[in-house]
Amino acid sequence: MTARRIALTVNGTRHEAETPVRQHLADFLRGTLGLTGTHLGCEHGVCGACTVLLDGRAVRACLVLAVQAEGRSVTTVEGLAPENGPLHPLQAAFCANHGLQCGFCTPGMLTTLAEFLKDSPDPTEEEVRVAISGNLCRCTGYDSIVAATMEAARALREARA
Amino acid sequence: MDGITPAAGRRILPAGPGKVVGRGVARIEDGPLLRGEGRFAADVNFSRQLHMRVVRAELAHARLLRVDASAARAMPGVVAVWTAEDVAEIPPIPFRATKVRGLEPYCQPVLARDRLRYVGEPVAVVFAEDAYRAEDAAEMVVVEAEELPVLLDATAPPAEFASGLDTEPTVVRKEYGEVGAAFRAAHAVIELELSVGRHSGVPLETRGAIARYDASSDVLELHGTAKKQHWNRDEIARLLGRPPNGVHLFEGHVGGGFGVRGELYPEDLLVCAAALRLRRSIKWIEDRREHFVATNHSREQHHRIRAAVDAEGRLLAIDDVFFHDQGAYVRTHGARVADLAAGMLPGPYRLPAYRVAGHFRLTNKTPAATYRAPGRFETTFVRERLMDAVANRLGLDPVEVRRRNLVAAAEMPFARPLDTLGTDIILDSGDYEGLLDKALARFGWDAMQEELAARRATGECVGAGLAFFVEKSGLGPSDGVRVSIDATGAVELVSGAASVGQGVETVLAQICAEALGVDYARIRVVRGRTDRIEFGNGAHASRVTVMSGSATWEAALAVREMALETAGTLLQLSPSELTIAEGVVCRADGPAGPSVTLAEVARRMGPNAPEMRGRTPGLTAERWFWSDHMVYPYGVHLAQLRIDRGTGAVTVERYLVANDIGRAINPVLVEGQIRGGFAQGLGGALFEEFRYDPQGQPLSTTFADYLIPTIAEMPVVDVLIAEDAPSPLNPLGVKGAGEGGTNAVGAAVAAAVDDALRRPGAVTSLPILPAQVRRMLDGAA
Repeated sequence: MTARRIALTVNGTRHEAETPVRQHLADFLRGTLGLTGTHLGCEHGVCGACTVLLDGRAVRACLVLAVQAEGRSVTTVEGLAPENGPLHPLQAAFCANHGLQCGFCTPGMLTTLAEFLKDSPDPTEEEVRVAISGNLCRCTGYDSIVAATMEAARALREARA
Repeated sequence: MDGITPAAGRRILPAGPGKVVGRGVARIEDGPLLRGEGRFAADVNFSRQLHMRVVRAELAHARLLRVDASAARAMPGVVAVWTAEDVAEIPPIPFRATKVRGLEPYCQPVLARDRLRYVGEPVAVVFAEDAYRAEDAAEMVVVEAEELPVLLDATAPPAEFASGLDTEPTVVRKEYGEVGAAFRAAHAVIELELSVGRHSGVPLETRGAIARYDASSDVLELHGTAKKQHWNRDEIARLLGRPPNGVHLFEGHVGGGFGVRGELYPEDLLVCAAALRLRRSIKWIEDRREHFVATNHSREQHHRIRAAVDAEGRLLAIDDVFFHDQGAYVRTHGARVADLAAGMLPGPYRLPAYRVAGHFRLTNKTPAATYRAPGRFETTFVRERLMDAVANRLGLDPVEVRRRNLVAAAEMPFARPLDTLGTDIILDSGDYEGLLDKALARFGWDAMQEELAARRATGECVGAGLAFFVEKSGLGPSDGVRVSIDATGAVELVSGAASVGQGVETVLAQICAEALGVDYARIRVVRGRTDRIEFGNGAHASRVTVMSGSATWEAALAVREMALETAGTLLQLSPSELTIAEGVVCRADGPAGPSVTLAEVARRMGPNAPEMRGRTPGLTAERWFWSDHMVYPYGVHLAQLRIDRGTGAVTVERYLVANDIGRAINPVLVEGQIRGGFAQGLGGALFEEFRYDPQGQPLSTTFADYLIPTIAEMPVVDVLIAEDAPSPLNPLGVKGAGEGGTNAVGAAVAAAVDDALRRPGAVTSLPILPAQVRRMLDGAA
């Protein structure tokens, strides 16, 4: 199996590791780096559970090869809040609004919404609904996720003001 | 003892919101899940683990001639490849307690032996050093087979399953009253033919199983489990010839259960057998395509139903014949879903006579079992379609015909001469018509009718419909909880329950905190582990809050009593003068005065405390809750929708679920259950279906083919949680809330589509797909 050594930054930390060229980014993050917060729900790019930020942009980590992340910066759910620090406002709002049940889709929801709120700090509910229209959740029925996002947007705006 | 009247002396949870019960507090589960620190099945890793890959049948029905694994065995990194011969000593997967006899020959072998019976059936397994290599090698396993005719229609005449056995393992029959006489005396007889499509739970996390054998302690561990650990432990032990105390099951986080996760599947036994034999940890993670063909399907039924009614639209009798498409084998539920369908079909209505024959039939599809509201999603669709047809035949309003038939509050408890799941059906409490009125008012039903008429006048295709349902919950017979307070004051609750992500830990902690007077957020809740509690009946059938919740209440009250007694001695006060607040025992009449922490009380009850001489030490109590009867939540769904005349697409605009669950321990969690349950019901009503081609090849094997609702399909959903009819069967008054959101969606949406089309009875099957709606629109034109 062909392998290649890659260097990349994950959640602010630089990593160098060998990866088979056919390994996708999600397996690299989960297996090679042990960051199991990124979840695989379908491995065909539909469910959105494996969404991570690649140079700040949401991508499906099951549809990106690890070698494609060479030299780039990846943010996973583990990187949203500082270790042992307070939750990211999105995470706190998900908790306060019961925006999760089983929690399996949650990492992909959070990373998708983290990018979205950077681009759209003052969204309407309808815009939030469009933002997560590519993320499947089988537990909540989505309403609580929308409510959480609206609350997080408010909190982020207030923090910036 | 009639099984309904509460036992004397039992302490009942007082009505109204308590300190923490009855409040929508935040979940204690969330921290690790939000930070990416959860431990789902795929997150479990052990040193030196091997990865298992399953080679699956690619033909729906065939004689298995030969499996050639030689090329696969020679692949780099491959440690072993097993076929049926290698696991010949492992018996087929069993089923749980059922009264139905004769199902054993239809159980599934862990690897296919002589026949392949569905696409996706495990034929061989590869064990390799990494998952990619295991998958490479699995592709090199050659399966030689001779195709046989496929059976894909459960209503077709049964075929041969094996020599002397046909594809109808059993017929579930129930009957009471004078059915024939009722039909002879009827004012009208209404006949319908109705079907529900094949769909299932499809959780976002696929299944996984990781087995490890620790030779130093002779213990086999299985990780990645869910739902039913203790039964699975006993069966794994039996099937592999080990004592149950040498097998332990562990539950981490579970990415949704919905009935399908946590059943005992072939892969669970294969990883365990391999861990024992290969002396390596074995990890198997299902991929999504596998999930669609390997994990339990559900729902598919075809009903031929007749009702006899009098001139006022009152039901005199129902006679139903249905065909249940079980798929290729009988799985762990036996004939349970067909039994539930037969038992629960009458729902909320008075029904003097009833006869049902449920033909439980095998086909060449993935085996089926329970999915959220099993047997009820199906029969609520059938029964409520029937009530709409009665209304239409007699020229009555659909609401009125239901009113005339609903069991009245004064008739509760209402015993039906029927049983299901081995328990007599006694509707324990309810005010059905009261909830119907509340729901109609909340939805603005009458005003909406005018609004819809106005929209129709402008050419819109809009309609509304409703459906009433009765759920069942709290299946016993028992569950236990141990509550302990250690010398630091930390509270631990060990339960035989399991969690599939629904908030079990929070709910049990709330009940415990209410009884004890401690902070719920600091209670450690242990579940899903066979090494911490000897017995448990797990998480299914909306039973945890009823069964484990009641056991928690009683165990926590017992600990409270012990703490007050010991504190009373220390403070020289009577226990009746004391209470517990925020973990401190103090005077009940005010915060001033002497007090002692629970930590100090626990220390005084430690094993080396002089007071404990001759007594069992510890501030701890274990209580078991027993229940002979299920409890019956109920409710009504109201739907308003529009149809696109061009595409036939159905868009639900507005929806209400009104659900009486007796008592909401955490109303926000209950609402979450109902909304999420509704989304799944909507999937079954409009989108989700496992389709097959004529050769039995599955066509729904990706999320692009099997459409689960995204946020774009979700309407505005209103939830009315009612607590008008607490259950008399448990100290909390609770009934389960897990399935009412799903139960009646197919029925209510079907009624609303009929109404929009202005064609009563147009919808006869689920899911209601755009192409069918277009045909109906053409027919209406």
